[in-house]
Order: sequence, then C-alpha cells, then structure tokens
Amino acid sequence: MADTSSGRFIMDRRSIVKGLGLGAVGLMSAPVLAACSTGGSGGGSSSGGGGGSVTFGSNASDPVPKKAYAAFVTAFQKKSKDTVKVNTSDHNSFQDKISNYLQGSPDDAFTWFAGYRMRYYAKKGLVADISDVWSKIGSNFSDGLKKASTGDDGKQYFVPNYNYPWGFFYRKSFWQQNGWAVPGTFDELVTLAKKMKAKGIIPIAFTDKDQWPACGTFDYLNMRINGYQFHVDLCAHKEGWDTPKVQEVFTTWKELLPYYDPSAAGLTWQEGATKLGKKQAGMMLLGSFITQQFTDAAVLNDIDFFPFPSVKVEGTDAVEAPIDGLMLSKKGGQNQAAKDMLAFMGSGAGQEAYYAVDKSNIMTAKDADTSGYSAFTKKLSDVIAGAKNISQFFDRDALPAMASNVLEPAMLNFIKGGAVNLKNIESQAKTLYAQQ
Amino acid sequence: MSAPLVALGDTEAGSGVRPPARRRRLRQLTTRDRVVLGVMIAIPTLIQAVFVWIPTLASIGLSFAKWDGLALSSIQGNGITNYRFVFAESPQFWPAVLHNVAWLAFLAVIGTPLGLLLAVLLDQKIRGTRIYQTIFFMPVMLSLALIGIIWELVYSQDNGLLNYLLGTSGTSRAVDWFGNSSVNLWAALVAATWRHAGYIMILYLAGLKGVDPSLREAASLDGAGARQTFFRVVFPAMAPTNVIIVVITVIESLRAFDIVYVINHGTNGLELLSVLVVQYLVGETQVIGIGSAFAVVLLVISLVPIVLYLSRTFSTKER
Repeated sequence: MADTSSGRFIMDRRSIVKGLGLGAVGLMSAPVLAACSTGGSGGGSSSGGGGGSVTFGSNASDPVPKKAYAAFVTAFQKKSKDTVKVNTSDHNSFQDKISNYLQGSPDDAFTWFAGYRMRYYAKKGLVADISDVWSKIGSNFSDGLKKASTGDDGKQYFVPNYNYPWGFFYRKSFWQQNGWAVPGTFDELVTLAKKMKAKGIIPIAFTDKDQWPACGTFDYLNMRINGYQFHVDLCAHKEGWDTPKVQEVFTTWKELLPYYDPSAAGLTWQEGATKLGKKQAGMMLLGSFITQQFTDAAVLNDIDFFPFPSVKVEGTDAVEAPIDGLMLSKKGGQNQAAKDMLAFMGSGAGQEAYYAVDKSNIMTAKDADTSGYSAFTKKLSDVIAGAKNISQFFDRDALPAMASNVLEPAMLNFIKGGAVNLKNIESQAKTLYAQQ
Repeated sequence: MSAPLVALGDTEAGSGVRPPARRRRLRQLTTRDRVVLGVMIAIPTLIQAVFVWIPTLASIGLSFAKWDGLALSSIQGNGITNYRFVFAESPQFWPAVLHNVAWLAFLAVIGTPLGLLLAVLLDQKIRGTRIYQTIFFMPVMLSLALIGIIWELVYSQDNGLLNYLLGTSGTSRAVDWFGNSSVNLWAALVAATWRHAGYIMILYLAGLKGVDPSLREAASLDGAGARQTFFRVVFPAMAPTNVIIVVITVIESLRAFDIVYVINHGTNGLELLSVLVVQYLVGETQVIGIGSAFAVVLLVISLVPIVLYLSRTFSTKER
C-alpha cells in the first residue's frame, strides 16, 4: 500500500494517479494543457502595518499541522491586525502542482521547504526575494539555517519554521542491559553491529520499501567521507557520480549491508520502527518523526538518539535536518502584510504559536522559548544548533527526478545485491540535469 | 451523419421496390439538414482534435525537446537525446518492456481462458448462477484503494493469509510477496488475473447468450459430445466476441498500472511502461521531454494491436 501516513514529508509526495484509464494519450496532454493556464491574481494586498490582508496557501492538510498553522495565523492576526485567508490544499498534491500553482494565481505566502526546488523557483523568478525580511530576522537564525534559506544569487527566499534531525535511534534500556556504548566512529559502529548480530537481533533496522529512506544513509556517508560541500555540489550535479569519491561512499556502505534487516526491500519505516520498539532490532537511522510510531509512553521515554558517527572528514559537523517554512510568491513580494507574516514566522513568538500545537519538530528561531522541551527534544535541538552545516534530504537537495527515478532505485538494487552502476547513474544525471 | 442514411437503408429494405422520386428528394438535403449534419460532425471532430490529436502531436513534438514546464518560450529542441535516455540509459526501461510482455502472456494464457471457463460453467443452468456471476465480477467494480487492501491482507509477510496457509507465517521463511523482486511480479499477476477473469467472464457470458441454440441442437443431433460442441461449434460461432476479447486482453496488459501502483508504485521488480510514463510526467519528478518519449514509445506499441484490429474490422466490412 502506498504510505501516506506521514504526509508531512516530501518523500510521500507521489500522489496516487487513479489508474491509467486516461491512457497514455491523455497523460501526454497534461503538461501541455497545464502550461496554458495562466490567470490573474486573486486576493487583496495593501501596505503598512495593520489592516492589510494576506492570502496564505498551506499544504498542512494533516490535522495536527493544520491546527498548528491556524494557531500561528491567529497569533499573527492578533499582533498585526492584518487579516489572513488560509487556503489549505492536500499535502501531496500541493507539492506535485507547485509549478502550475506558482505560474497561475498563487497566494501571497505559501508553505514550502529549503533545498533544490526552493532555489530553482528563485532562479526562475517565480518567488519573491525577501532579503529585507532577513535583515530584520537574520540575527535570530544560525548560519546553517541562513545558508539553507539562500538562493543561488545570494539573496534570501525562505523563512524556516521548524526542522527535524536525522540520526540513529535506539532503546536506552536495551543497550544498557547489553553493555553497548554509543559508537563515535564508523569502525565502532560496525563492531557494535557485529556484536548485535551475534546476539541474534537485527543490528540496523533498515527499511527501503518506500525507497527514500536509503537517502539518509547515503547523504550521511557522503558528507562524512567527502564533506558537506561535496554533497551540495553532487546534488546540483556540479560533481560527477562516476568518481572515486562516490565509489568510496558505496564501498564504505557495503560494510554495513550484512547488518541490515534481510527483508529491508519490502518493509516500510513504520515496520522497522516497530521492530526497534520491540527490541528485535538494535538501532535505526531515520528522521526524528520516528517517535510518532511509539504510542506506548514507556517505549517512547526509552528512545534515545545519537548522531551518525564520524567516518573520514569533518567529524560530525554536518547534520541532516530538513527544514519546513514559508515563502512568498512573486505577487506576495509586493504585499507588506505578507512580508510581516514571514517576519513573524522568523520570530520566537510565531514559532511558539505553531509549536504549541505541533510538538513533533524542533523550532528554528534562536529566541524561541525552549523551556517546554523534553530532555530528548533538547538533545535533538542541540545537535542542530551545534551543526556547522545543515543538509536537507537528498530528494530535497537534488533534482526530484534524479532522486526518485534514478538514485533511489539504484540504491535499492545496491541494498539487495551490493553492486551499483555509477557510470549509468552519471549518464542519466547528465541527461536529466540538462533539461532544467 | 450515419443516422439518416441508416434510416434510408431500412426504408429500402422494408419497401423492397424503391420509388425513384422519393430517393432523389432524400438526397437533396435542405439547408437546415446541412447545418445539423455539419454541427454533428464538427463537435466530435473538435473533441477528437482537442483531446486526442493535439495532445498526441504535442507529445510527439515534446519528446524531441527539452522543457522545464514553465514558460512555453523555454521549449528547446533536444534531438534524440530523450530517446537515447529511454533506450540506452534508463535501467528501468527494458525490465518494464519485459514485465509488460509477461503481463500479456499471463493474461492470454491464464487470465482469459479462466474467464472463458467461468463463463461456460456459469452459462449452464446451475443454481445460484447469478450469485456466482456477481462474485466473480465484483473485482472489476472495486476501487483501487480497496484492491490494495485486499491483496495486502493476502500477501502480507507477517500477517498475510497466504503465508498463514503455507505455514510460514511468523517464521523467517515467510515469503515477502510484495517486497521480494523475484516473486512480486507473479503476485501482482495473480491479482490482475483475479480482476481480468471476471471481466472476460461477463463478455463471454453475453457472447454465449448470443449463440443460436439451434446450433447446439444440430451438433448434438449429429452426435457431437459436449467438448466437441463447444470447441467446434459454439466457440467459432462467437468469433466477434473472440476478437473483442483479444483486443481487450492486449489493451489490459499495455495499460496495466493500478495494481502495481498500489503495491509499491511500480518499482523494485514491478516496473511497467505506464509507470515510467507517470514517473516522468506527473508531479515533482516531471521531466517533460523524457516522459513524452516514454509515452510515445508506449503509443507506438499500442498502435500495433489497434491497427491490426481496425484493418480486420474494415476488411470484414468491405467483404
């Protein structure tokens, strides 16, 4: 079954197209017809503090994020006296239709995330430069977050709301019982996995039915072996795939394969998390949304986190922490009230209003009140705060077609057979990136 | 346009002798008739052009171009690069072709004969035949989501019915029917057959009803057994139905999509041509030039059975 339970994440974007009953011919018409739809702009705009109106396109269609954004909007309206009209769309279809949305009649502000497509639309001039907003809120964010909000031209286009780190999750009590220590280096990780395997459990609950989870391991190994900048350049295809550097990532990865769940190819991350919760597996590399899967409070309180161990360069400086936030459409860039709303998102008060409802993520503003964080959340937040570089996920940092159609299937084959054809990946990448 | 002419034909057949004066009058269409006929031709032609011809030609054009999907002015020629990607670079293309062929073979060898068998059995005057017909036809009517759930219940590795029946449930030998790429195509084909057989059954039931009962009587009077009667007399008499069934089976295997899509979005051993078209044309992962090239390849393959069917239909008419 298609996994749509974590609609918040980019990887679940593949919306179901009901049948191919339309036929190939019908499908072929989609881009042509869609490209013809250009329309006027809707919604009012005004300038100056108070009394303005903003339209806000939200992809928060799941109940909790939807309520959280409603709380944020209410707090903003109270503070600014502007009125905000929220248009919520289904999460996946919003993501799929973003090109048409931005070219048609978009709202002033809309939800989006940092990464390749943010920079891509900035380059194409479909979103508004908000460097003036950043001159007000800039001091409220770390350098890593600012870099993640910046387009290729050095201007800012994005205001972060929250993020969530990727790392290894495990059960504290289970590890204490067995005398297992958190590995600091890759070799220690392999040694630990060997011990776990000898004990008859699955050392690493790796699950790849949905294909995107493998990107987490690839990104971390790549950043730990070749550095953060190489990750960025590889995602933008300024670096080639058919290189010793990428080969080394897969060679290193191969050492972990014997310690993965043998049925990894057919399992969803939810099933892997369940095995972790039941102590059938030792650890699992995933985003912090893994905690959603532990409904039993006793298990949830027993979950702990450690960053991906260091391998070769830059220690554990880089952390993979996809960032969600807000952007302005081209039209929204003319609307002072919309800019005020984004500035509010960049303040502690704005993020607290959101966090009060949706507590599954980490607030990004420095002045946000974190006294309500649990020790576990605090740990996650410290990892991000201490990071020199924040990467998004491969499918956010790279061309989406490259991630979903090329790298993810190739990685799944690698997980199953231990071999990867980098030459082929490179030739596909060349053709795909040339079309953008 | 055909309606008045058919009416004319009926009159001719009915009256036997044609009064020449009347015939001439009917041929001279009034202005009103001409306008009506013009509109009746123009509307389908327009619909055909807008929904079939223009998109088809545009797709063929785009398959030789690169386009980011934004401004129309950014469309640029790209030579045969997209086709090189399809045939030489994409590691999913040839497996997808193979899977489509396997799909066709499986439906032709197992699915369609099974539907025929069901139809023949249910055509006997057995008790509860309507109930059986409904049961076997049910899968054709079910929604995509429901089909996904039903087969998940059957095939699930941990709690599935099939592993339970095999006695492997809960053990390490439990087969991962959807996740294991060496078996998941067969699992999907069984699910597809489950649906296809019901469809074929209904068509053959209608076909069997259309066979003149006197043919069977004559056959049995001549001493033919049940088997001989069916294969030598009834089955050939259903020739028109058989042609339709062949076409439907081919089309079903070319447009196979929904079942693999609910299983795992058509990846990991379940690649199909239709899936590749969707992957490259729909949503974020859109790369229009390449998606169009995949679509054109699928179109060309689909044209083969269509052309065969049409040429057969027209040659029959001419005779």
